[in-house]
Amino acid sequence: MDWLAILGNSVRGMLGPEAAIYALAAVGLNVQFGYAGLLNFGQVGFMLVGAYGVAVSVATFGWSLWAGLLVGILCAVVLALILGIPTLRLRGDYLAIATIGAGEVLRYFYRSSYLEPLTGGVFGLRQFANPFFDANPFPPGRYGVGPVTFDARSLWVMTVGWTMVLLACVLVALLIHSPWGRVLRSVREDELAARSLGKNVYGFKIQALVLGGVFGALAGALLAVNVQSVQPDSYNPVVTFYLYTIVILGGASRVMGPVLGSIVFWFLVTFLDSFLRQATSSGLIPTSVLEPGDVGAVRFAFVGLALILLMVYRPAGMIGNAKELRLDVR
Amino acid sequence: MRQRLAAAVLGVLALLLMAPAALASTPGGVRTADSAEALKGTIRDPEGEPLEGVSITVSGDGGEVGTASTGGDGEWQVDLPGPGTYTVTLDTGTLPDGVQTRNVGGDVLTDVVVRPQQARTVIFPLVPAGTAQEESTSAPSATSSAEASPGDDTAAPPADGGGTNRVLQLVVEGIKLGAIIAITAVGLSLVFGTTRLINFAHGELVTLGAMVAFFFSTSPLTLPLVVAAVFAVGAGALTGGTMERVLWRPLRGRGAGLIQMFIISIGVSLFLRHVLLVLFGSRRRQYSEYAVQESLDLGPVSITPRDLIVVVLSGLVILGVAFMLQRTRIGKAMRAVADNHDLAESSGIDVNRVVLVVWLVGGGLAALGGVFYGLTQAVYWDMGFNLLLLMFAGVILGGLGSAYGAVIGSLVVGLIAQLSTLWFPTELQYAWALLVLIVVLLVRPQGILGRVERAG
Repeated sequence: MDWLAILGNSVRGMLGPEAAIYALAAVGLNVQFGYAGLLNFGQVGFMLVGAYGVAVSVATFGWSLWAGLLVGILCAVVLALILGIPTLRLRGDYLAIATIGAGEVLRYFYRSSYLEPLTGGVFGLRQFANPFFDANPFPPGRYGVGPVTFDARSLWVMTVGWTMVLLACVLVALLIHSPWGRVLRSVREDELAARSLGKNVYGFKIQALVLGGVFGALAGALLAVNVQSVQPDSYNPVVTFYLYTIVILGGASRVMGPVLGSIVFWFLVTFLDSFLRQATSSGLIPTSVLEPGDVGAVRFAFVGLALILLMVYRPAGMIGNAKELRLDVR
Repeated sequence: MRQRLAAAVLGVLALLLMAPAALASTPGGVRTADSAEALKGTIRDPEGEPLEGVSITVSGDGGEVGTASTGGDGEWQVDLPGPGTYTVTLDTGTLPDGVQTRNVGGDVLTDVVVRPQQARTVIFPLVPAGTAQEESTSAPSATSSAEASPGDDTAAPPADGGGTNRVLQLVVEGIKLGAIIAITAVGLSLVFGTTRLINFAHGELVTLGAMVAFFFSTSPLTLPLVVAAVFAVGAGALTGGTMERVLWRPLRGRGAGLIQMFIISIGVSLFLRHVLLVLFGSRRRQYSEYAVQESLDLGPVSITPRDLIVVVLSGLVILGVAFMLQRTRIGKAMRAVADNHDLAESSGIDVNRVVLVVWLVGGGLAALGGVFYGLTQAVYWDMGFNLLLLMFAGVILGGLGSAYGAVIGSLVVGLIAQLSTLWFPTELQYAWALLVLIVVLLVRPQGILGRVERAG
């Protein structure tokens, strides 16, 4: 049992590109769910359109990466409007089902043979982000301390990713501590009261959905660029469940909540992964109980269990304000 | 139950590929070491044993590109001159006696697209000889494992010709799918009606039922499927009842909010689904009985006796549920609690007991639906989750809280899904069902038979 390697992996996981990407998407979800109280379970759909916006623009149409990014953001805005205008008057759990359904419909269409000339169908697209990596200022090599090292490519993605997360948090903080943010939170608490004071509840919800969706699209674009490929089946509802776990773990309705949640979440998940891999391959856990190939599934089961325990015992998460986000009240 | 075959590892590897941004940052997809385009695969018999000496021919526009023969490990590979669209043909003469391709015309895979630098795997699903060869309208899995084969999408169209014949056949298929969704959805609707909880984990009860029946009907116990199904129903009911007693009742007693419980049910679903994945493996399995059947020809449509019995049994079960709801005391109590919780309680009905019965019945029905689904399609770890979205569509179309609505809505959803294949590719059939769900939520959230309560 090489604990140093396991810990090294875990620290690498919690600081790495995936954590940054999920943090960004979670910041978006936090705006929608934590601050506006919208149970948007289609956040992965926003990541999907953002990722494909970049990929299709570059791979199929040959535009530049920046143009692709703009296309991705535009797609997210359009999706938020299409999704939001009809469904935002639905009650919480109905909205959740509608948005899950919408995310899945998007995935089916992007993956279908209809759109294969555009999106690559089931196989997706790849190798479209070379300009991004050509702009990498870090010379090739490994950077880091002790067992925690990153190669130049990952370091570049991390830098860009965490910078985006930081900027997103600053933006969210400014917005939330403004009159706009106060109205948004009042809409979450009591829609009728906000409406009776003359606030356009609908408009605020749409704006929150759009803002959260744009962050999700940016996260999706970064995800696509990081692995230089988009495949429709990796944008499935489980990603949204991860995001919810991250938001709730960190503390919904706090600016740094999702960031903290993502870091802790990826530390724990990577720790579990590494530990189980070593334990099953070294025989510490006998193969009759768990096989090395099952480790991936255990990760998902663990996330599910974490979600249950969090929601039952501590819906406020780590730094959440228990009095503000009263998820546990009917 | 757990067989250590390369296919299981491949399936989980594909699952890991699905988890976005795997720790390594190499591009996803399949690459060969010499980065040339190729087509390859492994030919296995229905039990999973590799078949040797099976001949595969690859042809592109302009003629034959190459031929390969499977080795002792069942593997074959044909290198290609470049990317493009190819046709892969399996020489059925080289298959051993006793196996045949699963789909009609499934020995020829047309329009296999090979991308640059791709060594693409193609799969020829094989079944024991004499099995009714299916059309390609069987359900594609929403989350693809390594078995998301091109064969499913490009296999030959149904064997019967003629427009009306095809429509009627699809109607029959739609009723079959709808009936299965209906049995499973009734429990979902009843649970919502009595507790206002949308139970996301209902799909896992379906999967559990199918797997328990599989476990009991294969070695070492090898019970007849009918007996195994009884065990499955019992397991489903037990699980449902346990969830209610251990999880939902304490939460309700604490005054937990609906959103909180909904998210918890999502966590339960995630947890259960992957525990079942670890226990069962990622391969699709079939029940050993009733797999080999000749289709009956009833006029313009054909249906296997197995599927016919499934439809008839589903109908009987639904009638039984209706009878229970209308004529028995407990059924009346269920309807009362669904109608007005507090009034029912104040009139002396033990609401907790009624809810427990609802979960028992719902769990048992879901498990039975799982067995039926496993019979008509296959048993695999996320069959329940695939079915869950269809269940939602059916239940919301019919009206959340109304058991009869669930039945009607599910039948309509099944019909829509199957009839959509007349105009659109098979892979999109579930997308249409989900679109129905969204449209209903926008236009008439209470569905066909639901009460007009605030859905917003």
